Amino acid sequence: MSKFQELFIPVTLSLLEGLGVTFKIFTLTLLFALPLGLIISFGSMSKWAPFKFLNGLHKNGNKLIAIISNFKPISFLIRILVWVIRGTPLMLQLILFGLGPGLIGIKGMNTFVAVMIAFVLNYACYFSEIFRGGIEAVPRGQYEACQVLGMTRTQTFFKVVLLQVVKHIIPPMGNEFITLVKDTALANTIMIYEITWNAKRFMASKHVLWPLFYSGIFYLLFCGILTVIFRQFEKKLSYFD
Amino acid sequence: MSILNVTNLSKHFGKLQVLKDINFSMEEGQVVSIIGSSGSGKTTLLRCINMLENANGGKIYLDGKLFIDADSSVKYTPGQLRTKQLSLGLVFQDFNLFPQYNVLENVTLAPRLLAKERSDYKTRKKEILYEIEENAKSILASVGLSEKLESYPCQLSGGQKQRVSIARALALKPRILFFDEPTSALDPELTGEILKVIRQLAAEHITMIIVTHEIDFAYSVSDKVIFMDKGVIAEEGTPDEVLKNPKNPRTQAFLQKLS
Ligand SMILES: Nc1ncnc2c1ncn2[C@@H]1O[C@H](COP(=O)(O)OP(=O)(O)O)[C@@H](O)[C@H]1O
Ligand SMILES: [Mg+2]
Repeated sequence: MSKFQELFIPVTLSLLEGLGVTFKIFTLTLLFALPLGLIISFGSMSKWAPFKFLNGLHKNGNKLIAIISNFKPISFLIRILVWVIRGTPLMLQLILFGLGPGLIGIKGMNTFVAVMIAFVLNYACYFSEIFRGGIEAVPRGQYEACQVLGMTRTQTFFKVVLLQVVKHIIPPMGNEFITLVKDTALANTIMIYEITWNAKRFMASKHVLWPLFYSGIFYLLFCGILTVIFRQFEKKLSYFD
Repeated sequence: MSILNVTNLSKHFGKLQVLKDINFSMEEGQVVSIIGSSGSGKTTLLRCINMLENANGGKIYLDGKLFIDADSSVKYTPGQLRTKQLSLGLVFQDFNLFPQYNVLENVTLAPRLLAKERSDYKTRKKEILYEIEENAKSILASVGLSEKLESYPCQLSGGQKQRVSIARALALKPRILFFDEPTSALDPELTGEILKVIRQLAAEHITMIIVTHEIDFAYSVSDKVIFMDKGVIAEEGTPDEVLKNPKNPRTQAFLQKLS
């Protein structure tokens, strides 16, 4: 029996086991990052300007007062957060959350929880930008039409705006979901035993490379299924524009 | 008693004074046309009356009752605002139909949601919804869209879209129906079908205020024409007075430019 035949079954079983962990990271990230992303997107669009009352004072053209009175702290802080998270590698964030607590003396932090925090925060920020784009893409005229037709804000959101937002965000969301499938592989750097970690394990112990390429097939299938599901959604909503 | 009475209405955006001391009134069943060059404040006037914009001063009376008091700093609750907005209807230049609903649904959506607030909704739900649908169908028939009930907005021509949006506004039985350049977004050959619908509404004595650049149409359909210039009413009167024998040189210049 060749080495390949000997290893094929154990490698497959091991990768399937890893797939379970990959799937767990994937679903848990979505479960928490989607709602958090929506909240972050509302925050980034927040118009709360606590110093607005100063507005009357800059009649004679004081630029500084004008800037302060227009300052929107929630929106500003959220945008800084989104900038930092999207502007640094996810790998770096994983290491920060995975190893950071230990370095500053916090013991017993579950590595998996740390990985999840990093994934959720990272993806929530990307999702928030997608939500914001989707919400801002609904023309103001839609809201105004609802208003003159006497609809409440809740009715306007649920009966008119929501489906249009969903339609707008499906394509970019599909991209993000697929990227997430592959990003889960980064978790192996801090000892989470997902697919790629299991493939690399054989590389080290049995000196074979093929399990790594074999693992690619699992990602491909995973992403293929997602692509089909998203295409289906897109088709369902293609009756309007 | 006038159905609408606008007194000393003013509006500014920052330093830009867009409406200055606007005063006019109209009677029930009348058609008033507003003309004037671009940027003269016509849209802003309609938006202030329809409460899409907050006026900065003045009072508006509907059926003799105080409707908007822009001189007072008291803010209306969302509920009050809705009740007021429901008594008026506005047809937008660019239709603003709801793309995910078909023609019939576009017209019935608001009445259906409104019906939920009726005290007899629970007991008479089926009848009420049936009435709403029949009413919508008959309005859509009157604007020539019986064949298009199931079509989605993206499947309609501009003229058809605008007729749906007129039907949608009519379904709530507004006291006054406002039009903001209802034909400006349409190809020239489609304006006729919209003007025909508005003429038909005028014949049914629907009270309307129409911002338009169609001077011939305004002449034939209106009881009164208002010419706006730089945020003020520069001239108002019968179509003959304003459109055929304008006294104000600015009205004369404006009409000259159009012809
Ligand atoms: N939301 C706004 N913010 C600032 N300026 C505005 C706004 N809406 C309208 N304006 C200005 O008010 C003036 C009148 O506009 P509008 O009422 O649209 O005129 P019209 O409908 O007669 O063309 C224009 O100078 C326009 O630029
Ligand atoms: Mg205008």
